[in-house]
Amino acid sequence: MNLHEYQGKELFAKFGLPVSSNRVITSADDAVKACRDIGGTKWVIKAQVHAGGRGKAGGVKLISSPEEAVDFSNYWLGKRLVTYQTDARGQLVSSILIEECTDIDQELYLSAVIDRGSQRIVFIGSSEGGVNIEEVAENTPEKIIYEPIDPLTGPMPFQARKIAKILGLNPEQSKQFSKMLPQLTDLFITHDLSLLEINPLVITQGGKLHCLDAKISIDSNAIYRQPEIQAMHDPSQEDPQESEAATHDLSYVSLDGNIGCMVNGAGLAMGTMDTIKYFGGAPANFLDVGGTATQDRVSKAFKIILADPDVKVVLVNIFGGIVRCDLIAEGILAAIEEVGVSIPVVVRLEGNNADLGSKILAESNAEIVSLNNLEDAAKKAVELSQ
Amino acid sequence: MSILVNKDTRLLVQGFTGSQATLHSEQSIEYGTNIVGGVTPGKGGQTHLGAPVFNSVHDAMEAVRPNASIIFVPAPFCKDSILEAADAGIKLIICITEGVPTLDMLVVKKRIDELGIQLIGPNCPGVITPGEAKLGIMPGSIHLPGSVGIISRSGTLTYEAVKQTTDLGLGQSTCVGIGGDPIPGTSFIDVLKLFEADDQTTAIVMVGEIGGTAEEEAAEYIRDHVTKPVISYIAGQTAPAGKRMGHAGAIIAGGKGTAADKIKKLQECGVHIAENLLQIGAKVKEVLG
Repeated sequence: MNLHEYQGKELFAKFGLPVSSNRVITSADDAVKACRDIGGTKWVIKAQVHAGGRGKAGGVKLISSPEEAVDFSNYWLGKRLVTYQTDARGQLVSSILIEECTDIDQELYLSAVIDRGSQRIVFIGSSEGGVNIEEVAENTPEKIIYEPIDPLTGPMPFQARKIAKILGLNPEQSKQFSKMLPQLTDLFITHDLSLLEINPLVITQGGKLHCLDAKISIDSNAIYRQPEIQAMHDPSQEDPQESEAATHDLSYVSLDGNIGCMVNGAGLAMGTMDTIKYFGGAPANFLDVGGTATQDRVSKAFKIILADPDVKVVLVNIFGGIVRCDLIAEGILAAIEEVGVSIPVVVRLEGNNADLGSKILAESNAEIVSLNNLEDAAKKAVELSQ
Repeated sequence: MSILVNKDTRLLVQGFTGSQATLHSEQSIEYGTNIVGGVTPGKGGQTHLGAPVFNSVHDAMEAVRPNASIIFVPAPFCKDSILEAADAGIKLIICITEGVPTLDMLVVKKRIDELGIQLIGPNCPGVITPGEAKLGIMPGSIHLPGSVGIISRSGTLTYEAVKQTTDLGLGQSTCVGIGGDPIPGTSFIDVLKLFEADDQTTAIVMVGEIGGTAEEEAAEYIRDHVTKPVISYIAGQTAPAGKRMGHAGAIIAGGKGTAADKIKKLQECGVHIAENLLQIGAKVKEVLG
């Protein structure tokens, strides 16, 4: 799960990290008051969406009057912001962050992730902030440090000094960073983060380190023990079909094609999509119906798949493990009747009692093509989609 | 021979009396697996599926000497259950449960490495040595004792590879589902090492998927240390970048971890690629000649 910048900064402030004083608004009516409350004569106003690249897309602006804040809010609230990190539809702007303006001397990069290789939380730092960090990693790897944190010891002061050196900090700033590193680690662990990124981390003209942006993702497996984070969930940033699926414990990702896919298991679902593509078709979605393909789950899955108007045919690929295929077949038939499926459905059942399952499907009145071989089933689905 | 589990495996089931554990334990017993007991705190002294229930792994250790454990407890309690089994001296732990927090696994992995314990999973189908023992949730009926060692990050995709090698009469030595989480207890490399040393295994199928760099690391290990033929299929060739496909591991980050990158690296290291899911079995047959 991702957080908005303003939510990330709330967490930063809670853990003692330096952020600008700010206000969040959801209506242009509150823009003037927000600027006055913050004070000063210059502000930065930022559209809040779960995506990077907002500046280049016009979603961030330096303003010098509260009226500009009103104009900006009127323009963006309720609109969708398209950046190079979003899809073509963009992300809905439902809140706006107004901050006091920071005078920047230098822009740095800092992040922390869980690294699969070292199996540690790793801090990544670079003196080259505010730019595309992947390019820095590619062209000038010596300007990036990767510092793993031992779960037993936590971050040590010498590690802060190592990172500070690559960031190019002076002794005073290095001292400040030695305080920040344990605070960031504490935040990461306390709230089960999977990503924490500050780009840019800046040195102000006053010579202090300051967090100008905040990108935070939380490990979805750990959400159950993060009530404070749960309350920050913003469904407006997610595909409505995907969030609907998530509430039924189905894993769904919408794609551009026209063959709806319902598969048990994420790996096999990807394998099925690959197979469709291999035979010249295009999958409309990824959908993992889970290990136990019960009637209820299959019904929910059909509803979600059929909500996509592009879908011309549905390919159901179930490798029945422990659950018998005849039971799955009955579940599929009941679901088709319950949902009122009016487009062709190709079903491939494999595993325990697969023959009996196929027989049940073949003898039904529904418009079902039952094939117990994935190659034939995928070819048939592709043919029906064209 | 085979790897990890065989007919001498004495299995303990943690979370024994729960519904999932009960269902899968029944199937395992039917397959011939020797379940010597189970653990459900508070239910010690009862008998379940004909086996004794204990309050703790330590109690079970004393009474029935298990040498492997399988975990079905809910995700919030897996860290405790794995570390309990480790503390009691069990050397092979299989965690089936999905949804274990990644930070829990960071700590668990460090501890089990220190103790020299083999943890399979979490979020995995388990391990089976066909004809001998089934420690997991895979359907036993599709397996056939034979010569192909199978390693996979995905459950149902493993079944697909198993079915194809069974249909062609090749059979399997042992099948290991290592799970799709970012911090798995056991890596491809750990299992490759075991298959390389196993007499029964003549070829290895490695089923990978997008995300992370586990396949790339395995590729280098194969190039340097594995003499047996390795056949690989990578799922997610058509997955769009950055979209999450159900497995926490299947995220394409920073241009790394795409199917194309993985396939290229595997080919460079001498691994045979099954271009399509449907060709895994046929490719093994072709390579074995």
